[in-house]
Amino acid sequence: MTTAPTSVSLEITVDVPVEHAFATFTERFDDIKPREHNLLAVAIERTVLEPRAGGTIHDIGADGTTCTWSRVLAFEPPHRLVFSWDIGPTWQLETDPDRCSEVEVTFTAVGPERTRVDLEHRHLDRHGDGWESLTSLGEGTGWPLYLDRYQDLTANPVS
Amino acid sequence: MPTATAPTIDPWHALGDPTRRRVLAAVVEAPRSVTAIADGLPVSRPAVSQHLKVLLDAGLVEARPEGRQRLYSIRRAGLDPVRRELESFWGGTLTNLKLIAEQTYRRPHDPSQEQP
Repeated sequence: MTTAPTSVSLEITVDVPVEHAFATFTERFDDIKPREHNLLAVAIERTVLEPRAGGTIHDIGADGTTCTWSRVLAFEPPHRLVFSWDIGPTWQLETDPDRCSEVEVTFTAVGPERTRVDLEHRHLDRHGDGWESLTSLGEGTGWPLYLDRYQDLTANPVS
Repeated sequence: MPTATAPTIDPWHALGDPTRRRVLAAVVEAPRSVTAIADGLPVSRPAVSQHLKVLLDAGLVEARPEGRQRLYSIRRAGLDPVRRELESFWGGTLTNLKLIAEQTYRRPHDPSQEQP
């Protein structure tokens, strides 16, 4: 656990080989992400994690619209996954990469069938810097950013 | 009445209301009283007070006495609720990862793991 105010660190040990731990995280992200945390306050049918650097993580809504809220920055099976968190402190999409945080997940074999998984969500202060920009809320620009806007933002259709 | 230190309501929920976000935006610009906030918005003073109460309970703003009224300002530690939310989100993710990974793992050469 870290005490740095700008990051969140967690770890867990899983009784499976490192390859299986990595595959489960990346192939079943939709299942392991807690359901009670709806990332974007819209009806989401499923979440897709594209398994390659340069891919995205996106939600597909019940009506087929997509919302891309992460960019896969590193995809290195079976040891490392890094992706951006393009979601601001108020659950709105953040389109400026300089104001996005990132998540690194590492998988370390501690035995043939035992893997330590470390997760760090860091650079949260990049979002925090955004408090000042909330002054623009009153002008009605940029808020709220809901499903209709997502369609514009996700210019790249799901393949 | 002391300013809330531990949020009693979800800050993410607190920001879900557009009027409340405008109240917060007014406070972000400069510390303001209820009267000053209400003067700048098409919202009554009692309504502004209600919104401020929610923002206080969410730990997003803080209040200090200034003469006969209270001045509301943004709470810089507002990132703490974000961290707590993310800790909860990722904690749940890792717990689910453990459950599903261990359920779906079939040891090689272990007949007890095979389907009949």
